[in-house]
Amino acid sequence: MRLAELRDHERELYYFQLRIGFAGAVVLVAFALLFARFFYLQVVQHGRYASKAEDNRISIVPIAPNRGLILDRNGVVLARNYSAYTLEILPAKVRDLERTIAELGEVIEIQAKDRSRFRKLLAETRTAESLPIRTRLSDEEVARFAANRYRFPGVEIKARLFRQYPLGDGASHVLGHIGRISTRDRDRLEELGVEANYRGTDFIGKAGIEASYQQELHGTAGVEQVEIDAAGRGLRTLARTPAQPGNNLTLTLDIRLQQVAERLFGERRGALVALEPQTGAVLAFVSRPGFDPNLFVDGIDPASWEALTNSPDRPLNNRAIAGVYPPGSTFKPFMALAALELGKRTPRSTIYDPGYFVFGERRFRDSKPGGHGSVDLYKSIVVSSDTFYYQLANDLGIDAIAGFMQQLGFGARTGIDLEGEASGVLPSPEWKMKRFRRPEQQKWYPGETISIGIGQGYNAYTPAQLALAVATLANRGAMLRPHLVSHIEDLRTGTRRAIEPALVKHVPLRAENVEFVLRAMAGVNKEGTGARAFAGAQYTSGGKTGTAQVVGMKQNEKYDERRVAEHLRDHSLFIAFAPVESPRIALAVLVENSGFGARAAAPIARAVLDYHLLGKLPAALEKPAPVEEPEDEAAD
Amino acid sequence: MELARNPLRSLAAYLAEGVDGTLLAIALAIAALGLVTLYSASYDQPGRVAGQAANLAVALGAMWLVARVPPQALMRFALPAYLLGVLLLVAVALFGDVVNGARRWLHVGVTRFQPSEMMKLALPLMLAWYFHRREGALRRRDFAVGAALLVLPVLLIARQPDLGTAVLVAAAGFYVIFFAGVGWKVLATLAVLGLASLVPLWGLLHDYQRRRILMLLDPTQDPLGAGYHIIQSTIAVGSGGITGKGWLHGTQTHLEFIPERHTDFVFAVFSEEFGLLGNCLLLVLYALLVGRGLMIAANAPTFFARLLAGSIALMFFTYAFVNMGMVAGVLPVVGVPLPFVSYGGTALATLFVGLGILMSVHRHRKLVQT
Repeated sequence: MRLAELRDHERELYYFQLRIGFAGAVVLVAFALLFARFFYLQVVQHGRYASKAEDNRISIVPIAPNRGLILDRNGVVLARNYSAYTLEILPAKVRDLERTIAELGEVIEIQAKDRSRFRKLLAETRTAESLPIRTRLSDEEVARFAANRYRFPGVEIKARLFRQYPLGDGASHVLGHIGRISTRDRDRLEELGVEANYRGTDFIGKAGIEASYQQELHGTAGVEQVEIDAAGRGLRTLARTPAQPGNNLTLTLDIRLQQVAERLFGERRGALVALEPQTGAVLAFVSRPGFDPNLFVDGIDPASWEALTNSPDRPLNNRAIAGVYPPGSTFKPFMALAALELGKRTPRSTIYDPGYFVFGERRFRDSKPGGHGSVDLYKSIVVSSDTFYYQLANDLGIDAIAGFMQQLGFGARTGIDLEGEASGVLPSPEWKMKRFRRPEQQKWYPGETISIGIGQGYNAYTPAQLALAVATLANRGAMLRPHLVSHIEDLRTGTRRAIEPALVKHVPLRAENVEFVLRAMAGVNKEGTGARAFAGAQYTSGGKTGTAQVVGMKQNEKYDERRVAEHLRDHSLFIAFAPVESPRIALAVLVENSGFGARAAAPIARAVLDYHLLGKLPAALEKPAPVEEPEDEAAD
Repeated sequence: MELARNPLRSLAAYLAEGVDGTLLAIALAIAALGLVTLYSASYDQPGRVAGQAANLAVALGAMWLVARVPPQALMRFALPAYLLGVLLLVAVALFGDVVNGARRWLHVGVTRFQPSEMMKLALPLMLAWYFHRREGALRRRDFAVGAALLVLPVLLIARQPDLGTAVLVAAAGFYVIFFAGVGWKVLATLAVLGLASLVPLWGLLHDYQRRRILMLLDPTQDPLGAGYHIIQSTIAVGSGGITGKGWLHGTQTHLEFIPERHTDFVFAVFSEEFGLLGNCLLLVLYALLVGRGLMIAANAPTFFARLLAGSIALMFFTYAFVNMGMVAGVLPVVGVPLPFVSYGGTALATLFVGLGILMSVHRHRKLVQT
């Protein structure tokens, strides 16, 4: 038995090893066949293939698609493309870069600016792509280089499309800009799985609409089969699949309104966001100072970049969505609404305003010395009584305020179709707990609630948030997501896709309360702090002034504008909507460090409303500088 | 005591335990040629060499771990690995990611992977385990079961479609059945049947797969479309000549005429720059690797170990043969990487795990023989 089993086992092993041997033989024969094939290709046919490689002439070249245009709501072109020649160096094919650039300089003018930009690009790029040393060559320069081309292997003239922003710094924070594709952009494109579509493309949207609608604007790359010579230079096109251009974007923006608003700011810093309450369409979107996006188009030179990033005015900062500011007294109408909705005040509740509010040991001063006397809810908005709102905030408590304001979008991103939006700060005990580390800082002190009532303290919102809150109020509680693009046009199919208004939510508010607050805001422009700015308006409007402190004042210390450094002066704010019955526009204006809201921000709001509703250009635009108003103007 | 006296040496001994020096040396020699070639092929993506080196380190770690697992323990993984593999393939068919028109990838958390890759080892493991259990009493019926176990995953992979991997997995399974002793007559019948079934099979192929096969017969028909790969890689190989154009001097490579030059067509880069001499060196290295593997199989202790080792050894051969044949224009273009050379972490890991299994089989050859 055991012997038979063992013999069986041995026989089995024998057969197995036989098969192993067979397999080994097959492997050897297969490799021998491969060797024969290699021998045939590399020895017998070598001459034929060597010459084929020598004049291998078909190269596949990607064609970058034309970027889509950006137009305003009336079809005015805000971003377009133009074709220009560039002089490009393929660094991998050039032995001595410095010498080549020096010699090129003898043929074509190359400035120090061009050199430093080239060096910056060289340091930034990882892949072996050709980099521009000069852009926008004249025809004469092209001809001169062509005659000297033989001297410069690895240097080429290329026709490229460039982005152009005809308005310069106009609407620059809306449009944003494009820039060269960076390593990080490449990684992101690879993650999205679209890197193949970007072969041949050098530029990508970096900010604004150019960035947030990058995929729409880009288009589809094409391919060209080109006959090339041994050095890789193109001779003749053999076949071609054309690129498909990107989609054109039509904005909701009215560029004329936008320019009116921008000119009204002059040299002053600040922001303005104007919305169409029923649709969320952004009518004007200003952040000043702006920048010239054309600087970025062929790679910004280091000097301009330094100037932009080191300027104390921070022109690259999009104040309208990324700047956060205390709303000051523009917060009061929303506080009044909260009081009505939560039943803490009625339209008839009256307080006496002696010019201060005492909480414990502390005295909170009204901006009007001596106070406004007897004040009801309507008057509290019209004359902007601080004392009234100190008391109201104390009565409501921080949790009720935060809970109510959160419904109106305070402290949350508006969801506008731009990148880089800040969420701001809606102060609450929970927020403080998260924001601070040390236990004594984490605690919410009741005294901190008082100044929340007049839009100071930890309150910090973006102008866009403020505008959305006004629009929501003016639209009787319906909040529509602000958006800058109204149509996307596909050039291939000729179809126009509309971006539909998106209802974010319907804030549950009682109609009579909303109407009361809107009526009080109309009172501001008729008989209150906004009356001077809105004198003689041919339409009904509502508004509210605001003055936001940049630095806290000590108790009993008097704020004296002339003694405070410019960048520490109060911000001037104004919120408005018109017409009152069915508002077609709602806006928020902020002018940095310009003092009273009635003085700097309100006239801008008036002019923008005038232009949008009546098409009337403001007379102020003809005057060289905003007129200084006397100090004794309405308290705010 | 000894440990205290010479900790370095004992660490080296610990690390070397279970690792077969010969196999490792051959594989590393091929991998080194691969890195050198990748350096040339990736002039525009310098990260590739470092990436592949990192892949190599991971793969070596996997090999080291597997080499320490005795074959008897490996048997326990056979059924679960196979079932998991089939399950994942079904999952891919249902909700896999589509890349380049083929549904091959499965998302797992942050990363994605190809379940078909694990089948390359799971299928031979399964079949070897199955035949081992029936050792000494193998009937026709067992081979039929084996064939069914093979066909299921192969069809799932072919449907993705991924013809290259399907061929490799089918081959790995077939080798086990062959070594298990299926009759020559059966094999001959199958060969005849297989040839006859080519006609209906043709109908099942995708258009691009048909074109690739037609192109092989006459690549000049469509020089800019499907024939482009073959024409350009053949030119690269042929123009390399006896000594090659020299490292970093391949014009086909550097003027971007070779498609997929980091992955499936990396052999074209190698062949262009190192010529017939380089090709011979590579062929000899592969032959040595396969030969060593077959020797390990011949001396393996158990039926299971024999079948598995034989299949893995021939798998290395199949990879190399199919890839080089494809680049040289004698086999259709299917997505098969050149073993130990092509860029890619998953394929490399599979190969080194295969090496680890061979090492484990080799190390335990004496335990049962006496």
